[in-house]
Amino acid sequence: MMKMEKQILMGLNGDEAVAYAVKQVNPDVVAAYPITPQTIIVERFSEYVADGLVDTEFVAVESEHSALSSCVGAAAAGARAFTATAANGLALMWEITYIAASLRLPIVMAVANRALSGPINIHNDHSDSMGARDSGWIQIYCENSQEVYDACIEAWRIGEHPDVQLPVMVCLDGFTLSHTMENVLTLPDETVREFIGERRFITVKGHTGEAELRLNPEAPLTMGPLDLQDFYFEHKLQQVEAMKHALRVIPEVDAEYAEVSGRRYGVLHPYRMEDAEVALIGLGSTMGTVRHVVDTLRSEGVKAGLLKMRVFRPFPAEELIEAVGDVPVIGVLDKAASFGAPGGPLYEEVKTTFYDEADRPLIADYIYGLGGRDASPQLIRDIFRRLEEIRARGEVAEKVSFVGVRE
Amino acid sequence: MSEQKPGWRELPRGAVPYKSTEEYETGDWGVEYPEIDRSRCTKCMLCHFYCPEGAIKVREDGYTEVDLRYCKGCGICAEECPVKCIKMVLKT
Repeated sequence: MMKMEKQILMGLNGDEAVAYAVKQVNPDVVAAYPITPQTIIVERFSEYVADGLVDTEFVAVESEHSALSSCVGAAAAGARAFTATAANGLALMWEITYIAASLRLPIVMAVANRALSGPINIHNDHSDSMGARDSGWIQIYCENSQEVYDACIEAWRIGEHPDVQLPVMVCLDGFTLSHTMENVLTLPDETVREFIGERRFITVKGHTGEAELRLNPEAPLTMGPLDLQDFYFEHKLQQVEAMKHALRVIPEVDAEYAEVSGRRYGVLHPYRMEDAEVALIGLGSTMGTVRHVVDTLRSEGVKAGLLKMRVFRPFPAEELIEAVGDVPVIGVLDKAASFGAPGGPLYEEVKTTFYDEADRPLIADYIYGLGGRDASPQLIRDIFRRLEEIRARGEVAEKVSFVGVRE
Repeated sequence: MSEQKPGWRELPRGAVPYKSTEEYETGDWGVEYPEIDRSRCTKCMLCHFYCPEGAIKVREDGYTEVDLRYCKGCGICAEECPVKCIKMVLKT
């Protein structure tokens, strides 16, 4: 048990918070390629390398495909590896995201969420990371730079846990977080290093006997060979199981982190939900705006609530049911569209979660903010007004709405 | 291959093979196999180096020998042999 450390308040934007946390973690390898709005992460980190403040091998790769491939190689060799990307960069990493997860390599990657082209757009929505939701990575969505900093420390402990062994994506909204300076409480370097400790390896039975899951000429293993019909399915089941373990491990690591930092987040964060009559569920920085609107509405006598989903993969279904409780009307905020689908990705999962519940809320989907379209307090107020109409009527007339778009 | 394969709980994580490829005898894949005429062989060992499967060993006496448990019958050795002393023979 560690004691609470004295913390230093720093002015950091989201990208700088990532870079600073990773500097304190001091990973063995960082391989990254700059892309807006993630660029500051790579810039700051390469300054730390140039100034000799980290022991990290910085690999200036020629593409994001190479960035993640380098991390896969490094992590397979037993290194701690980090990378960062956004939007089209993540798209270029695509095939390697699945490989990192299936080879059970606990790489940490920051994604400065940005709308996927085309048409080209550098601003925030969740179309990039939502597309990667089935790649087998743990996904943590952050509300502010403080959460970004904390997630970039916790991520290593979560991913490297012997029961998990999966890569972790820390998602921060492009520009809204990545380029906006905020107060961030930072831990001393030694505290961070003590908290994350050394990378842990699991033991596997390879073709020459028991060996740590890492490439080591003294105890050779083969990683990622042809799997085909007779083994691939079993290996996928192992990934399914690892995600279940992650749902248990994330709060454990979070509780331990609270002991040194005083900050605890959980997998989801309810706000004024106990007696709420209408509530919004969502991800990322917009949740700060929703919280502000909830407070305003409460002062006006509207029983509004907020449920922030911090962890999207693994999806905390049980916790969601418990946190929603008796709230009769739920609005889901989706910052990504799934073309041709019944609704946005978060909406579909929330609805699936409640399908088997005898006592379930009315649920409506609000797709907003695509390409960085502003999610103003007024927009959120309008959505709450619609939720109140649903409550009064007792049914959802329009299941999926696109809000803040010109007709 | 009628052996009982382990279930997902038993299999090593990280999708690492638990068996060596030595146990995976690919020699039955081929349609043809190489036959070396040692009376003309110059012990140059090129067949040993060119074999993509590592199935051609060099013996103590300097001649090469094909391990038919692993030879897939690709014929590269016969193609590369400078004195053409390797002949691909149809399996019967």
